[in-house]
Amino acid sequence: MIPVCRLEDLPAGESVRVETTPPVAVFNADGEIFAIDDTCSHQDASLSEGWLEGCLVECPLHAASFDLRTGLPTCLPARRAVRTHRVSVDDGTIHVHLVAEEGSAA
Amino acid sequence: MRTITVVGASLAGLYAARELRARGYDGRLVIIGDEPHPPYDRPPLSKDFLSGKAGEDQLALCDDEETDELAVEWLLGVRARGLDARGRSVLLEDGRTVVSDGVVIATGASARRLPGPSLAGVHTLRTLDDARALRTELAAGPQRVVVIGGGFIGAETASSCVALGHDVTVVEAAPLPLLPQLGPDMAAVCAALHARGGAELVTGTGVAALYGDASVRGVELADGRLLPADVVVVGIGAAPNTAWLAGSTLALDDGVLCDDGCVTGLAQVVAVGDVARVGAVRAEHWTSATEQPRVAVGNLLAGRTAETVRPLPYFWSDQYGSRIQFAGRRRHDDTVRILEGSTEEGSFLAAYEREGHTTAVLAVNRPRPFTRMRRGLPAAVPAAA
Repeated sequence: MIPVCRLEDLPAGESVRVETTPPVAVFNADGEIFAIDDTCSHQDASLSEGWLEGCLVECPLHAASFDLRTGLPTCLPARRAVRTHRVSVDDGTIHVHLVAEEGSAA
Repeated sequence: MRTITVVGASLAGLYAARELRARGYDGRLVIIGDEPHPPYDRPPLSKDFLSGKAGEDQLALCDDEETDELAVEWLLGVRARGLDARGRSVLLEDGRTVVSDGVVIATGASARRLPGPSLAGVHTLRTLDDARALRTELAAGPQRVVVIGGGFIGAETASSCVALGHDVTVVEAAPLPLLPQLGPDMAAVCAALHARGGAELVTGTGVAALYGDASVRGVELADGRLLPADVVVVGIGAAPNTAWLAGSTLALDDGVLCDDGCVTGLAQVVAVGDVARVGAVRAEHWTSATEQPRVAVGNLLAGRTAETVRPLPYFWSDQYGSRIQFAGRRRHDDTVRILEGSTEEGSFLAAYEREGHTTAVLAVNRPRPFTRMRRGLPAAVPAAA
């Protein structure tokens, strides 16, 4: 589990990139926190720099769009999903639980 | 329609095929491509592919699953050489004919070359085969590379060559690269990226000749200077691939002339991508190639111009670690205002303005505010207005 930032430091509509390998993007979508792989599945672009609208983030380069809840692309040019990661808020700090870690801990 | 033929197997052609199937067209679908490769994405060729960060497998535009879904009859590695007067028969250079009820022209553009005999070591960068050849030559150790043309292909190629450890000079005939696209102030900012990134930029002089025997040894500039070179990359633009249509009844003038709905003079022939001059504008942009097919295919199936494109020009470039993004329609006397960041720090957002309105937006390393601004720009009034 990786600490990201204080909850109050990620207001609604904002996002932050976590320098894990591979990097993860954490979003505050109208109060709900989501984490997905940061690199667009289409081409090298950072989704944390994308445009957030509801639960969808639009890639800043080619306007591929992903659903933060599922990681699934909602339109071309992306065709592959990005991974989603579980998020928890403990004592006001956002943590990301990388899917690979979850697997190895099980 | 029972058979639709797409001539061109790159981005725009593939998007047309996707759109046809998405709209429920379940007839025979033929795609003709002059390159032997299935559709691949060209933008990475001058960037991650050239620098070795991405392999060929990462260029594919279509995976196996989609290839199955599209149910396309692929005719790859064969060039179209004609379209009959009624626009029904596509003639192939191997003598075959494909008879169709509808044709999508997506033959793209070809890299312009310098006149004169061809020398080893001189490259263009447009196709996968071009990129393979250049990549192989650059892998032979540090070399003196001269890039002719300071546009996006030239700048990105220069940037990749610097990253690979080569000694790079970029030659631009105009006083500054990207002058028509960005205007003098912002073109100067982008030109500075070359020096900052470690390449030399020579402006305001054209190329007189390449010299060498079998292989290139250098570039002679119009002002008399000689630039020694082991490798020369020619990035001086692209010309639309319309020669094969010379015997057709279609109007050709710097591209295939279409109305605002990508429809040519024949209702069952549409054109998309780099080869198409849609409503008087030919845009060699990735986004045009992905947006036009939706409208073009809708009109093809409708048999008339029922929809028109509403383009908002957008292009981007990655060079020397900077991401440049531009959207909108700048006119030569628009004023430029920096809204965020600064040119000194290499990260900024700039708006082009005219009579209190934003006409275009440019960002260097500011993707989020760029997207916000881009979304606020009006999607077009025809560009000629």
